[in-house]
Amino acid sequence: METIEVIRLGVYGASILLILIGLYAVLTKKSLIKIIIGLSIIDGGIHLLLIGIGYIKDGTAPIFSPGLEGAASRMVDPVPQALVLTAIVIGFGVTAVALSLIIRLYRHHNTLKIDEIKNLKW
Amino acid sequence: MKKTIVIFILAAFGYFLAITFLAPEFESNRNRNGVKNVYLDKTVSELKTANTVTAIVVNFRGFDTLGEVTVLFLAATALGSILFKKRHHIGERTVMLPASSIVGSGAKLIFPAIILLGAYVFIHGHLTPGGGFQGGTIIATGFLLMLISYRDFSISHNILSVIESLAGILFVVFGLLGFMNGGTFLQNFMGTGVLNDLFSGGVIPIIYILVGFKVAAELTGLIYTILHEKG
Amino acid sequence: MSYLVYIIGFLLLVLIGAAVYAVRQRDLLYAVIATGVISLALTGLFVILQAPDVALTEAAIGVALTTIIFIITIRNTVRFEDEKDKK
Repeated sequence: METIEVIRLGVYGASILLILIGLYAVLTKKSLIKIIIGLSIIDGGIHLLLIGIGYIKDGTAPIFSPGLEGAASRMVDPVPQALVLTAIVIGFGVTAVALSLIIRLYRHHNTLKIDEIKNLKW
Repeated sequence: MKKTIVIFILAAFGYFLAITFLAPEFESNRNRNGVKNVYLDKTVSELKTANTVTAIVVNFRGFDTLGEVTVLFLAATALGSILFKKRHHIGERTVMLPASSIVGSGAKLIFPAIILLGAYVFIHGHLTPGGGFQGGTIIATGFLLMLISYRDFSISHNILSVIESLAGILFVVFGLLGFMNGGTFLQNFMGTGVLNDLFSGGVIPIIYILVGFKVAAELTGLIYTILHEKG
Repeated sequence: MSYLVYIIGFLLLVLIGAAVYAVRQRDLLYAVIATGVISLALTGLFVILQAPDVALTEAAIGVALTTIIFIITIRNTVRFEDEKDKK
């Protein structure tokens, strides 16, 4: 097998596995912090999948060095990179808000297990 | 029982994901007729920006970036209002031990270098990898290091919000200035210069520096709020 | 086949291993450190896949800031997933 094939299969396979592992944590775990950890694992898998879609054989980073202005045909796709750049920063904001909600929930219920939080009113 | 059902559902989901992305047709179709070539051409010929990702984030998709920094601002505000607590029932505080003197001296030594690295990353955002988001987060990690090394290190929330609002207003002003000469929002209205010079790319480096200040102020405020929360 | 394949294989193994460990570990502090390791492996993969901008962002946000806010949350709430895990 060629190098590009190994990279393609490995990166796609690993990112799909990451998404499934994260979904498993979200669906089966009882602790709220574990659920947020699962969500951040899903995040990482999706970022890796998008960057992997943009990669081409023997690609270079989409940055024009002096004297190499004509190298555009060898560059990897910059659009998913810009998308993922945005997604990582937004993901951090979402995680921070979710964790602050968890701190607030713990203050009211004194537990983080979702099956013990019966009364969801605060 | 529940775990078995979940594993079956996940296996089905994973099967469909795998046959979508691992199929040979996906590989042969994915780079056809992309918007990639248009962006790569215009970045060199019109914008004179070396880093294509910066050109997309600030210019081609600049309006999205404005929305993104707004979402980040909303996250910081929401965090502050969720964790808001009246002063008079603070409850028992977690005992915070002071950091050792090795950590303190090391943090003092490293802190200016981290701030300098962050500033370098967002000033050269149009030439090298990096930009406002990366530089802003690097600066926020520098402040985080100082906050966990010195218990009494405090940052004024007023200064942070002034920096943040000023950067946000200037972002919108530079976007509106693009309407001069009959252009569109965020269009380049300055001379573009020579590719790979520090002063090139017209309005792009200015906007990315503003984004850097805004992101650094927002993330520092967010970290400060959540770090001084005592359950 | 080049040396790149071995580096990528190693990073992917670290990635999946750290993800499984983070989900299975019942001590939340260890699980959070494992998510930091996931971000570290992702950073290396982004560099190899020619995305240096994304790698810089992931290094600053994923490794430093996300880990620290998780640790602050654990300090303010509970360390173990279940009360009976406490030794």
